[in-house]
Amino acid sequence: MKTMTKLWATVAICGAMLSSTAFADPHPDAELIIEGELHIATRAEPPEHLGGVLPEIYSGWLFRTDETRELQMDDFDNPGMLFAERGEDRWELAEGTANQSCADCHGDVESMAGVRAVMPKVNENGELWSMQNYINNCRTERMGADAWGWNSEPMKDVTSLISLQSRGMPVAVKIDGEAAEFWEKGREMYYTRFGQLELSCANCHEDNWGRMIRADHLSQGMSNGFPTYRLKNASIVPLHQRFRGCIRDTRGESFAEGSQEFRELELYVSSRGLGLPVEGISVRQ
Amino acid sequence: MLTRRDTMALGLGVAAVAMVPGVASASAVDDAISAFTGGASVTDGGVTISAPEIAENGNTVPIAVDAPGATEILLLAAGNPTPGVAKFGFGEGAATSRAATRIRLGGTQDVVAIAKMSDGSFARGAVEVKVTIGGCGG
Amino acid sequence: MSDVRPRIRLPRSANAGDVIEVKTLISHNMETGLRRDGSGNAIPRQIINRFTCEYAGQMVLDVTMEPAISANPYMEFDVQVDESADFVFTWYDDDGSVYSETQSFEVS
Repeated sequence: MKTMTKLWATVAICGAMLSSTAFADPHPDAELIIEGELHIATRAEPPEHLGGVLPEIYSGWLFRTDETRELQMDDFDNPGMLFAERGEDRWELAEGTANQSCADCHGDVESMAGVRAVMPKVNENGELWSMQNYINNCRTERMGADAWGWNSEPMKDVTSLISLQSRGMPVAVKIDGEAAEFWEKGREMYYTRFGQLELSCANCHEDNWGRMIRADHLSQGMSNGFPTYRLKNASIVPLHQRFRGCIRDTRGESFAEGSQEFRELELYVSSRGLGLPVEGISVRQ
Repeated sequence: MLTRRDTMALGLGVAAVAMVPGVASASAVDDAISAFTGGASVTDGGVTISAPEIAENGNTVPIAVDAPGATEILLLAAGNPTPGVAKFGFGEGAATSRAATRIRLGGTQDVVAIAKMSDGSFARGAVEVKVTIGGCGG
Repeated sequence: MSDVRPRIRLPRSANAGDVIEVKTLISHNMETGLRRDGSGNAIPRQIINRFTCEYAGQMVLDVTMEPAISANPYMEFDVQVDESADFVFTWYDDDGSVYSETQSFEVS
């Protein structure tokens, strides 16, 4: 009887939160053109591994209001660019016992074009690393500097700058070979229900995208826009921070930013958006 | 069929989303207006406020005010803990009496603009902005 | 390196007498003074409380700002450019800091 009560409560909450109005094709005519020049596709053919669970894959940009979408169409209006600009200074800043800057080894930051599109990626030791891991490895091993926190300001600045170099390039994470076992674990996590509300990523972003969850238009949960400038935080939000927020909202105990679980989930979620161009730095609500 | 505990939890969720505590009293809005006008009468119209009808997030709401002929515009958010938002002074070098910015709104409320015209008269405009609460508060 | 960074956007070109749109942004948290930290202590207010723009020595816009202005404050306004001259943008921080940026603008 107790179990039934709990079940009913969960059903009632979900029923109240998810309205039945579906907008299967959000903003069908919206086109993401930045500065009137750079066309960025916001829809693509779904990757084969999805087995047809999504008819087409959509950038989260398509689910936002006119005002929010417009902020991303102009690099001045996009407040995330402040972070990338600070990142340019950090790129040149010599630090650590080696007194080296990013630029000393990597030259112009344009050499990072394509990096964001393939993250996360298995490193030479067979570990799955996110961009933050690669950056911190440079800092501690090559520069002799302190590692940056996952959500720290300097990490946001530099990941924003590096991501921007791949803007418009399709997400191209590797999911076979050494990456396959991590991808499988990430996939399992995507379909695992978490928290008191017993919600998986798929419950919202696969089964109910396009519907309203209270006043929010549920997207397909694509990660190609990250790092994103979130109006709510008035700051750059890294993907793992968003994962943590989602799991917390299921009233569950979340994993930490940078954890093995979140890196695997990052790989799987990225692979659902294979073919969608990197938007980083996007603007979301 | 919500249990009491679930109802409470949902309520807490809503409270956690609210950005700032409290709401300005009507007198705080009136006080701010009289401080600006010196008690002079204010006529409706002549001030345009452009804002989204529904803001996706109250933390960053794009807003523009325009009052041709104004030397100053006072912008107030009637439902915030304190109503003051900004006071725009247009100098000799300004081509228009228009300015746009981004503001914080603690919830659905009226945004009010009072313009001081070059002849010393005052005009008022107001617009309601609905502020939505996100999916799960996340 | 300072975390406070201004950004200015002026049109690429203009003719004398044109009205141009100016956009400015500065990175700043605009701490309201209404929030509390993890231990329940009030986080003191620290905002940009005033922004000014001058062109050719004349005041264009003088804004008094309250905590209800969003983080990374944005301002957009119109200027009539009759001659080539300097734009001077100034932001005043609660902590006494003043951030200033000068840009010369050529009209044809």
